[in-house]
Amino acid sequence: MTQPLLEVTSVSKSFGGVEANRNIDLSVPEGKIIGLIGPNGSGKTTLFNSIVGYHPVDNGSIRFQQKEITQLLVPDIARLGLLRTFQQTRIYSGMTCLQNMQISAPDTTTGFKSLFAALPMDQMQKINEMLTFVGLHTKRDILAGELSFGQQKLLEFAMALIASPKLLLLDEPTAGINPTLINGLIERLKIANQQLGITLLIIEHNMRVIMNLAEHIYCLAHGQILAQGTPQQIQSNPIVIDAYLGAS
Amino acid sequence: MKTQYSLLLYLSLLLVSLAAPLLLPDYRTQLALLWVMVVFALTWDIMGGQMGYNSFGNILFFGVGMYACAVIQRDSGLSYFPALYLGIAAGGIVALLLALIIGNGLLGLRGHYFAIGTLGLGVAAGEIAGGWDYIGAGSGMTPPLFPGELSVRDTFFYYAFFVWATITFFTLRWLYQGRFGLAINAIRDNEDKAEAMGLHTTRYKIAAWSITAFFLGVTGAAMGNLIGFIDPKDVAFAGSTYGVWMILMAIAGGKGTLWGPVIGAVLFHITQELFWTLLLGWQRVALGLLIIIIVLFFPQGILGWIRERFSKRRQSEQPTLAHTTPPRSEQQEQST
Amino acid sequence: MGSKPASLAHTTLASTLVPPLTNTNNIIMLDNLTILIDAPVFIVDLLVNGILIGAIFVLAAYGMALVWGVMNIINVAQGEYVMLGGFVTLLVVKAGLHPLWGIPIAACVLFILGLILYRLILYRVVDRDIFISLLATFGISILLAQLINQLFGADVQTIDPGLGTWHFMDGMVTVSVTKVIAFSLALGLGLCLWFFLKHARIGQAIRATAQNAQAARILGIDTHRVYAITYGINAALCGTAGSLVIMAWAVHPYMGLPYTVRSFMVVIVAGLGNLPGVVLAGLGLGAAENFAGFIAGTEFQIAFVFLLMIAILIWRNRALKRQRRYLK
Repeated sequence: MTQPLLEVTSVSKSFGGVEANRNIDLSVPEGKIIGLIGPNGSGKTTLFNSIVGYHPVDNGSIRFQQKEITQLLVPDIARLGLLRTFQQTRIYSGMTCLQNMQISAPDTTTGFKSLFAALPMDQMQKINEMLTFVGLHTKRDILAGELSFGQQKLLEFAMALIASPKLLLLDEPTAGINPTLINGLIERLKIANQQLGITLLIIEHNMRVIMNLAEHIYCLAHGQILAQGTPQQIQSNPIVIDAYLGAS
Repeated sequence: MKTQYSLLLYLSLLLVSLAAPLLLPDYRTQLALLWVMVVFALTWDIMGGQMGYNSFGNILFFGVGMYACAVIQRDSGLSYFPALYLGIAAGGIVALLLALIIGNGLLGLRGHYFAIGTLGLGVAAGEIAGGWDYIGAGSGMTPPLFPGELSVRDTFFYYAFFVWATITFFTLRWLYQGRFGLAINAIRDNEDKAEAMGLHTTRYKIAAWSITAFFLGVTGAAMGNLIGFIDPKDVAFAGSTYGVWMILMAIAGGKGTLWGPVIGAVLFHITQELFWTLLLGWQRVALGLLIIIIVLFFPQGILGWIRERFSKRRQSEQPTLAHTTPPRSEQQEQST
Repeated sequence: MGSKPASLAHTTLASTLVPPLTNTNNIIMLDNLTILIDAPVFIVDLLVNGILIGAIFVLAAYGMALVWGVMNIINVAQGEYVMLGGFVTLLVVKAGLHPLWGIPIAACVLFILGLILYRLILYRVVDRDIFISLLATFGISILLAQLINQLFGADVQTIDPGLGTWHFMDGMVTVSVTKVIAFSLALGLGLCLWFFLKHARIGQAIRATAQNAQAARILGIDTHRVYAITYGINAALCGTAGSLVIMAWAVHPYMGLPYTVRSFMVVIVAGLGNLPGVVLAGLGLGAAENFAGFIAGTEFQIAFVFLLMIAILIWRNRALKRQRRYLK
């Protein structure tokens, strides 16, 4: 059996006495879609933040491609191929959608010269394809800050895809999206996984979405892993059901 | 802008600029200073307008360049022009090295902390220069006399500054068109996001800072020779004055654009000269008032104001982009 | 100079690349340091006098923290209000009154000025980007400094209220009585203000607005009025400080920016809500500055203030970086 792409072992994180994560064990095999669910305040986003290096962890280890990344900083982890999207969508509001994509596309030149390199033309085709993929091609010259919330979410998703990560952490990708658009998003996520080969770890509140997408799901509650398994197993797990109903 | 129109614009500007000292010989020095203002505004805009790092202390590099050149001219033993050219190069390089040294610590500061941190740079440098005997302490330094008549000197420096301002402009234009421009804009719009996407933000910040320093250092070096006397607090490191006027020029013209700072510099320089002629000593008071007025009422600057006007006209002809979920027809397009 | 042969020029240039380490400035610095070590009584003198002026820094810093915490504005004109307080006192003396009258008069005049400047300028800046407020207050600072320079000239001004000096330790340590009074008044005023903010109705309104402006508005508090009064109080604090400064030390039109930087430094080191911290930091800064001025020379004292601020900012930021955060 091959090593998992991402391996989280005994990770804990407290914020001034409040234990947001306690002894989290989680592994993401390459090429799969893994789900992370749990009631509000269970520590899901904290776990994401720990993984990408947004804050230091109290203890535990995080390995990406068998490489220890626990002590690395955000930009270094991102350059290794581990990206994430944010709950409150983050895009470059003063730049056009096209420019947002251009600066997110990987930098093929290296060294000092790369700072001043011109933008490669061969990337334009890929960028246009990606914009069409998320349905923003007609908006490519609009400032990202003028898009609607749902469109910004799609742009952020497209930016993450064009950066060609190996692992993409998505924080509630369907939150705030018009329900009629969610099917389209699910399809796009599946295509990103199957055709572009991007492994996905997704935080979701929308049960329909995550049960549809994920092959394996972790359920978090009160900062700890409550249960894990296939969607069917999770759906029928009484502890999970209890946690969701009990934690209101 | 259509290529023919922009070419025409550049050409006419070139002609006017080349002819200016011949048409207005009495104002040669002021015209030369105009180009210095253009460089001030353009270099401030790299950091402030394009990258979002508002610096109050760019004057540091200007003064450092001025002193470096004067030292070379004093000690190199070369004749005037070789010493001058070497000094100008030294001015740029010393300023650039200084930027690299202090950049690492200073550029880790964000937003208003960076701004306030840079507040002290110019003034501190002025104070230190005023006490350092090696560079003349409070008495300052005097660069060697230009070998020629005053009119020749003024004309020489006018064209020198014009050429330098043009080089600055086109260098920035080239930079902004490439990855560099996008990267610094991304840092401005959301530095955390840029880091999370793996952008080498530190490298870009230091590069922008160093470029600013280099262009200002060279400008300072030449300026010292035009003025003919280097005073630590009033000429080299005129911190509270030029330090904030740089910001004002870029904002008044429209920060974050190429032409904005240029327009702002021209307007500011003319205004400043008018104030000086009409108000004499009160010109500085008037300029303080001007800062307040522009900051309160025209923070988007001239170009920003024009853009808003034109985009409003465009918006009234097309359906507005609402900050809500897209209309039915767009929804269907997106769900396919 | 131009007639030197090329070979000599090379050596001259090389020697200029290494500014002499044994230059006069460094020698003087070492001398001054040895004086302190040989005669420790000077340390006492520097310390005491430094702490005395430190109280003024505490007052100015408290005002800056007030405005920053309540309105999220960093008042770059802080030092200019101090300067104005001094010049108002100068006018009071010119009008024939005893200098001590300058203290309450400066406070009132500056309070009104603060109200006016808020209503005219700052109310437009309160809800916007903090850089805009930096620029706006910087504009005010330049305006005021240049105005006073035009009206009074750039000379240093001082007033002697004729209260004499105390001598300690065989006359080696001199402390002007005015400075001691200034120190006590400054700290006393700070304490009164703290009390006022805690217990008076307006004080509570200010604190409520600081915590949540929207909630305060819903509860019927006129936030603009609160902001105006806060800004006025800050100006009055600075005005009082300035009045004390011209009597115990000296003022001049361009003394403002260093005072602003000092206040900012103290607030950064102590933190916004930490009054004891502000007191300690302010007094400490006064002492540190005095020592630096003695050792390095008074010309470098101002440079010391600015460089110290940059050092503190960078140090603070680096400390936060270890937790993957930064100064916000």
